[in-house]
Amino acid sequence: MKRTPTLAVWKFASCDGCQLSLLDCEAELLAVTERLTIANFVEASREVLKGPYDLSLVEGSITTAHDAERIHKIRRISKTLITIGACATAGGIQALRNFKDVKEFVSIVYSTPAYIETLSKSTPIANHVYVDFELHGCPINKNQLLEVVNAYLNGRKPNIPAYSVCVECKRRGIVCGLVAAGPPCLGPVTHAGCDALCPSYHRGCFGCYGPKETPNTGSLTSWWKQSGMKDDELLRLFRNFNAYADAFRKESESHEK
Amino acid sequence: MKNRTIKVDYLARVEGEGSLYLKTKNGAVVDAKLKIFEPPRFFEAFLRGRAFTEAPDITARICGICPVAYQMSAVHAMENALGITVDGQLRSLRRLLYCGEWIESHVLHIYLLHAPDFLGHQDAIRMAKEFPDVVKRGLRMKKLGNAIVTLVGGREIHPINVKVGGFYKLPSRAELGALTEELTWARDAARETITLTASLTFPEFDQDYEFVALRTDDARPEYPMNEGRIVSSKGLNISVAQYDQHFAEEHVEHSNALHSAIKERGSYFVGPLARFNLNRDRLPSAIDKAARAAGLTGKCTNPFKSIIVRAVETLYACEEALRIIREYEPPAKPAVATEPKAGTGYGCTEAPRGILYHRYMLDAKGIILDAKIVPPTSQNQKTIENDLRHFAEKHLHLNDEQLTWQCEQAVRNYDPCISCATHFLTLTREQV
Repeated sequence: MKRTPTLAVWKFASCDGCQLSLLDCEAELLAVTERLTIANFVEASREVLKGPYDLSLVEGSITTAHDAERIHKIRRISKTLITIGACATAGGIQALRNFKDVKEFVSIVYSTPAYIETLSKSTPIANHVYVDFELHGCPINKNQLLEVVNAYLNGRKPNIPAYSVCVECKRRGIVCGLVAAGPPCLGPVTHAGCDALCPSYHRGCFGCYGPKETPNTGSLTSWWKQSGMKDDELLRLFRNFNAYADAFRKESESHEK
Repeated sequence: MKNRTIKVDYLARVEGEGSLYLKTKNGAVVDAKLKIFEPPRFFEAFLRGRAFTEAPDITARICGICPVAYQMSAVHAMENALGITVDGQLRSLRRLLYCGEWIESHVLHIYLLHAPDFLGHQDAIRMAKEFPDVVKRGLRMKKLGNAIVTLVGGREIHPINVKVGGFYKLPSRAELGALTEELTWARDAARETITLTASLTFPEFDQDYEFVALRTDDARPEYPMNEGRIVSSKGLNISVAQYDQHFAEEHVEHSNALHSAIKERGSYFVGPLARFNLNRDRLPSAIDKAARAAGLTGKCTNPFKSIIVRAVETLYACEEALRIIREYEPPAKPAVATEPKAGTGYGCTEAPRGILYHRYMLDAKGIILDAKIVPPTSQNQKTIENDLRHFAEKHLHLNDEQLTWQCEQAVRNYDPCISCATHFLTLTREQV
């Protein structure tokens, strides 16, 4: 009998939401475990099988010296390594420290800063090791996660489009908020994946899936400036869960005084 | 007598990264620690300078398991600062959203994280081979909880439809009505869950805890979710705004989560057991009867039985969701208008794991000047360590493997969420 590939799920600085997405595949979870052996998934099981592992899913960003070492060990024992979520692909919301002095942050939260070990920057996994595929989103879309796992099992490329949220919005026939003078919407520069969720709830996109391929953020913000938006508002708009993704970082920095 | 050390470097079936450490000397436990090595993420620091409207979306990212709790505490604290009240059907919809999260989170813990301990399995997937129908029932209930959060909140993890003042978009009566059939099934499944959990074997472990939970005014006698006074089993009865006067956070070396204590008395206990013991009279009589039939006759002071209480609360959440859906009439507007203003706001709501406190100071433009967030797991940390000490002392006759597993189970009684508390768990048993 052919051996089923082994799966390992790893966590770095994060909220646990993206690995929870795997358990949230309620209807498909047991089917997935028939094709993959869960070898190392601490949130779900006490049992840890020895590596190396065929597929590693990595959640979270690198924020401590210990974790910067640990990710290299994980890469060495993983045949395929896929990062899941905004923390692992862009540094996450905790990358807001990258724009400030982290020492000040430590002292705001903790009374004895000497107990806290942290790096000055929160960085994505790909800054440290080679990553086979990055799945974006804060949180990831569980259907896309199933697609990535399915693609892996069948030895093909995942079908995860890199176009913008606008494409999804048009396909759903939602009235464009930017055209209809609705709230500011990051849809034109944001990676698809949520199926235009916020526009369908009458709110502007706030960039959970990070920059799309070739985003023109400068053009978007110059239109907003003409309609009266201030630099501090624009800065906050680009500084969320994907603040340290290149295109969003550069755009927010251009609005910093 | 032999000296021993029990160590679990990375606790399983909890949310986040923690470890467990236990040291015994001459038959006494000399050290019991729940170490939290989850890296700090500094939410309270980077909330400074953000707009009041952004707090629900940013704080949701503290926890992927209970984002609704963060959103609820954030919006209530902001509304408190702005001097507005959200009532009527909007209030009910928030309660419905919370019912969804309670169901999803409690069922995840009961079936996937905690039951394998009682039934002797490493995890629910292996448990599914022996008890396929039980695991499938759990997964279907969890799916229903997520379906409620998805409909009202937009998606199950980090919902997008919650805002200060209410919602962005209201569901229609028909959309909510579509949940009724599955909810009715889940209500019956919750009754079967109570029977299942009551049939498990529990270690004798009754302790003298100070339970802390919200309690609503007598004018609105309901099981607490989004509002109420903070009360305890040892006489505390304060408004949410008085929280800082009575509770203190301490920074200890082995944890990236701050430890909370009641200033006058020390450790305390939050979560389903505390809510149930302090608000049992607020449960509908049929649910109280179901709890009684499951052996919960008086106050429950054995944390291992929290799994039964989670099942009782799951039943309550299903009944409450059905009631809200039945009585729902879409309000005229999805949200109450908000205008920024300077001030301080306090919010405390019942997350699945216990009370979650938020405090924000705003300037006149509604920009956050200061934020404080106290999650349930950091409030339970001291109590978890006390439990480990007391439990291990009574069970030193067990071999290392059994003692380690049961100590892990004692930690899992609290459904600790380490991602939350750091702003988890590893067992270490050391021989001196």
